[in-house]
Amino acid sequence: MRHHRNIFVLLAIGLLGAVALFMSYDLGRGWEYALGLRSVKVSAMAIVACCVAYSSVTFQTLTNNRILTPSIMGFESVYMLLQTVIVYIYGDQTFKVLNSFDNFMLSVVCMIGFAFMLYILIYRKGKDNIYLLVLIGLVLGILFHSLSSFMQLIIDPNDFFIIQGKMFASFSNINKDLLGYSAVIMVVTLIIGFRLTKYLDVISLGRDQAISLGINYQRMVQIFLVIIAILVSISTALIGPITFLGIMVTNLTYELLKTYRHSLTIAACCLVTAILIIGGQFLTEHLFHLSTPITTIINLVGGAYFLYLLLGLKKI
Amino acid sequence: MIKAEDISKSYGNNMVLDNITMQFPKGKVISLIGSNGAGKSTLLSIISRLLEQDQGTIAMDGKKITEFKNKKLARHLSILRQSNNVGLKLTVEELVSFGRFPYSQGRLKEEDHQKIEEAIRFLSLEEIQDSYLDELSGGQKQRAYLAMVVAQDTEYILLDEPLNNLDMKYSVQIMTILRRLADELDKTIIIVLHDINFASHYSDYIAALKDGNIEYYGITNEIITEQILQDVFDINCAITERNGKKTCNYFNHNL
Repeated sequence: MRHHRNIFVLLAIGLLGAVALFMSYDLGRGWEYALGLRSVKVSAMAIVACCVAYSSVTFQTLTNNRILTPSIMGFESVYMLLQTVIVYIYGDQTFKVLNSFDNFMLSVVCMIGFAFMLYILIYRKGKDNIYLLVLIGLVLGILFHSLSSFMQLIIDPNDFFIIQGKMFASFSNINKDLLGYSAVIMVVTLIIGFRLTKYLDVISLGRDQAISLGINYQRMVQIFLVIIAILVSISTALIGPITFLGIMVTNLTYELLKTYRHSLTIAACCLVTAILIIGGQFLTEHLFHLSTPITTIINLVGGAYFLYLLLGLKKI
Repeated sequence: MIKAEDISKSYGNNMVLDNITMQFPKGKVISLIGSNGAGKSTLLSIISRLLEQDQGTIAMDGKKITEFKNKKLARHLSILRQSNNVGLKLTVEELVSFGRFPYSQGRLKEEDHQKIEEAIRFLSLEEIQDSYLDELSGGQKQRAYLAMVVAQDTEYILLDEPLNNLDMKYSVQIMTILRRLADELDKTIIIVLHDINFASHYSDYIAALKDGNIEYYGITNEIITEQILQDVFDINCAITERNGKKTCNYFNHNL
């Protein structure tokens, strides 16, 4: 227990340090303005961090697999397809027709709708098999991805730049109003989510043992999948897709914190994720001068870590 | 008493259980035997609500198990199957604590701690109670899981091939513990076994399944006969008796 407390203290200090550095570095003369901008970014990063942490850890427990993240189910492909379709239809009028709030809401609704469609498809057939769910999501994700690629090929190259802006996660121009809505949805979802973590602990023993211990397994899995869908949707609609982040942060957290208790794991993972995102964003802004998007850095580091995991250097 | 009535289950066109009706008396060790694919594990899974039957009902002490709340049922009936969770970082004591989940919902009270301690003592796990599961041998791990079930303190304990991958010493150890659970704590143990001799030496009753039917069901020594075993397993064997326990030698058979 003491060991755990130390880790949490260290992570909290790390996070405070990262936030302080990010907020205060090279503020310049218009510091009030810069500080305002930066605090919006930090809030956005905090929201994304919590969404990614909870959804990834939970998803890995449900699938009993440490190298999966919810993005494998095709959420991000749905998001990209939606963005492509909008630009395909409206072209350079996109921003006039659809403001960022509408776009955000539409994206969230589409992604959650996609998740529900998957669940209904599978559970109506009487198959409570989460791997089947993941696989169908994966296949549909690939289909959507190809569709978007195809549409991106045939649209006006100028319009393509609008889509390209959406392809990479970015904290640079976050809408303040969206931030408020996301924060509210996230906090409510996480409060419910954290009250359920004790069931996750039991579920990690496996389906059969969870049922033997009195868990309504199928119902619980459905609830957790809905929570995951909501969180992933918020984070993706807010900043765009970040695939490898989930794998990296969960496995780092498992390294740091050897416990079966998900309340601790998820809380620690939120901190780890926030530190990584804020650190990554700091590097993007001040070392690479915004020439490299943060997703590239995350995917590069995350991809390398993923390979490290896959090559069996670490026991998965 | 657990009562299964008209239980049928099929996978596609393959009838795995065909209208099974049977009763399991309280406080006894009952073994389910039969060749691979006879439906033993399926039957056990259905009794323990891991699997849904196509037809029929399971009743516990006169009430259908579907009428119990999940949490409530978990205080009366538990099942242990082969588990293969690799990545889990759990100590033996933490695993055993999970047995109290139906009572405590994760918040352990004084009584829960007491039960956990008792379970650990019952399976002589005191020395390794702080070790992580993935550091243990197969036999120790199996005992740890069994301790969790003991801590769950249910009248009915169902086990699916608990001796898998265990050597002689550990197998005997596990079976002795199960015997003690029935004799000392009055638990009802329903167990799927592959090794006919373990069934013969440690159980009160044996049910022999063949092609989805209960072919034979009775007191152990009445079931362990050359003729019945030949019928159930399709293999000749020689039975010897010593101290009232029958042992079946199926190695020097003539095909």
